[in-house]
Amino acid sequence: MAAKKPEEITGAILDEESELTLGELCRACGMPAEQIIALVEEGIIEPRGARTRWRFSGICVRRVRKVYTLKRDLGVNVAGAALAIELLEEIERLQARLARLESGRD
Amino acid sequence: MEYKDYYQILGLERDADQAEIKRAYRKLARKYHPDVSKEHEAEDRFKEVGEAYEVLKDPEKRAAYDQLGAGYQSGQEFRPPPNWDQGFEFHGGGYTEADPEAFSDFFENLFGRGGGFRHYGHTGGARHRFHAEGENTYARIAIDLEDSYRGGKRQITLKHSVLGADGRPEIKERKLNVKIPRGVTEGQQIRLAGQGEPGLGDGKPGDLYLEISFNPHRLYSVEGKTVYLKLPLAPWEAALGAKVQAPTPDGPVNLTIPPNSRDGSKLRLKGRGIPAKEPGDLYVVLDVVAPPADSEPQKEAYRQFSEAFEFDPRSGLGG
Repeated sequence: MAAKKPEEITGAILDEESELTLGELCRACGMPAEQIIALVEEGIIEPRGARTRWRFSGICVRRVRKVYTLKRDLGVNVAGAALAIELLEEIERLQARLARLESGRD
Repeated sequence: MEYKDYYQILGLERDADQAEIKRAYRKLARKYHPDVSKEHEAEDRFKEVGEAYEVLKDPEKRAAYDQLGAGYQSGQEFRPPPNWDQGFEFHGGGYTEADPEAFSDFFENLFGRGGGFRHYGHTGGARHRFHAEGENTYARIAIDLEDSYRGGKRQITLKHSVLGADGRPEIKERKLNVKIPRGVTEGQQIRLAGQGEPGLGDGKPGDLYLEISFNPHRLYSVEGKTVYLKLPLAPWEAALGAKVQAPTPDGPVNLTIPPNSRDGSKLRLKGRGIPAKEPGDLYVVLDVVAPPADSEPQKEAYRQFSEAFEFDPRSGLGG
């Protein structure tokens, strides 16, 4: 097969300001709506707006995916996955601080 | 094909009971889960552990595997003996939700592609299998902080599964040139529409999600949108005030250091952090460095220092 020059593609950032509908979030995460709703009820993701017009921020995609893989791979339930995610995010924050405080001190 | 010692992978003796197998798997799965572990090869280890468990947790597969004998070393060239699985019947129910595409050739040769088509059709929910939308795919990339300031290009290589001519999924490598959008921060994802798995039939392809992390930087550290620079100062610069030049990811800036600046204090450069829609700030953290006194004039200067100040750095210690 002849080597094709790879095409150049531009991505869109999913951040706090991007807004996804429930349907878009389901598609993005590859999960049915019932499971997304269960995560809202657990407080793992917090949509803005009334229930019929929920809008999810872009960072929800990452959280929902993590819940899904943790549940699948480690056999934890939604509450356990929620706890793990909050602790992991706390560790990430602490590691970033630690890296800053330790920088240049070698 | 290389032999895999599934007992060794899980750290078990060959006579381990099922409860021990489960315990060993759970422990290692938690340790190496790619969302949990920061270890470099965590993902490969995690797959290996999952594959070992897939075989050993199922008494049928375990018995068949045991029958191959204990005489092989991990990584040794291996061919299954003819009719090795004669007399064993594998029931479909024994597969976990582990991703079967992650399994090794060794596994596939022995047990086939377990549940291989679980992969298709579950994204689309009730959609008809032959017109299913492609799966979304997820990957991580590490970029430099400067890429987020200026926008950058990265070539990434993805392992991609396609449906081969024989109707079975096969793994192909795919190179993509990705433009990194300006202002992206660590942990955010970028979505590349239509770059996931191809759809089946008329189904649209899925999207590719790239999770961003930053390579460690020699000068800067980053927390969210906020960037920190440690700026070394001489004691007299900190005490008397100074105009100094400091690097930023946007290029050097001239800074005015106010008199009597203390070690560790921060100067905020508003909006000079990561250029998101609401840009982050850049903090310059002052790092006062005292030079060593090597020559006689230098020692004399320090002596004059101590005479000029009535300064007891340990006055706060009490005692």
